[in-house]
Amino acid sequence: MYGENDMNHDSTPDAVGGVATSTSRTIGVLAIVTMTWVVVSGLFFTPADANQGDAVRIMYVHVPTAWIAYLAFIVTGVASLTWLLKKTPSLVLDRVAGASAEVGVLFMAMTLVSGSLWGRLTWGTYWVWDPRLTTTAFLFVTYVGYLAVRGLGGSPQQRAQRSAIIASLAVLEIPLVHFSVVMWRSLHQSASILRPDGDVKMDGLMLFTLFSGVFAFTFTFIWLVMHRQRLLMMRDIVIEKGLEVAIRERQIERSGFDK
Amino acid sequence: MSDAGFIVLSYVFTIGSILLLVVVTIRQGRLLSRQVADQDKPWI
Repeated sequence: MYGENDMNHDSTPDAVGGVATSTSRTIGVLAIVTMTWVVVSGLFFTPADANQGDAVRIMYVHVPTAWIAYLAFIVTGVASLTWLLKKTPSLVLDRVAGASAEVGVLFMAMTLVSGSLWGRLTWGTYWVWDPRLTTTAFLFVTYVGYLAVRGLGGSPQQRAQRSAIIASLAVLEIPLVHFSVVMWRSLHQSASILRPDGDVKMDGLMLFTLFSGVFAFTFTFIWLVMHRQRLLMMRDIVIEKGLEVAIRERQIERSGFDK
Repeated sequence: MSDAGFIVLSYVFTIGSILLLVVVTIRQGRLLSRQVADQDKPWI
């Protein structure tokens, strides 16, 4: 499929730029602008909370990263289920699932760390084996395991098949994490925004900054998934080319012995 | 601002982690892009 020259192919200067496109650049700019606003507003403009004081400022990074981590794992789950259900699935689905899980794991790590710092200020401890914290840590470890399984050997199709099965099951943990504060007695506060009664009691600027955070992290998520799924695609091509070269060298070596 | 250390640390960790992944992604993209022919990059 690939010639010897292709293996050493050096792309044109434009291609050396990597995996960026005009769309991804636009999304990147939107992410930078909205993220800057969230940091400035979250740290300086928004008022302190009546009960928590300035500690509430951690909310503007903690809550959006948690929501986007959920979103990332749902994207992984949907892409994986589609892979399993389609008769002739495209590897794009597998790469989107993998890229989304990578970003989701990072966002979940941010949620755990910022939550831990917030917990130290409000509860007096970094960690407690509370239902919400425990199920969140379990979700994080599950997707670290999912990424480890993706890294095992085999063809891209084998990788897609086995990781799709795991992702389809792992996504079921998300409702467990979200409703853990309702199902069990939890130290973690219940939902402030996604309340069943829809009654949100929050200052206007605080709410605006929180939703700006959701947009900022969503733009960041889209940018990262777009780029990382292209990286996964190129990595598959490079591995495939490497294998073909190795097989060809082996065949040449063998024909030399036969003579 | 009270408890500024904890608050700033949470922002630095969050934004810093994202920046790190962005830098790694761009660098890996440039490295891999040199090894892959343009016709194999549907986004070009």
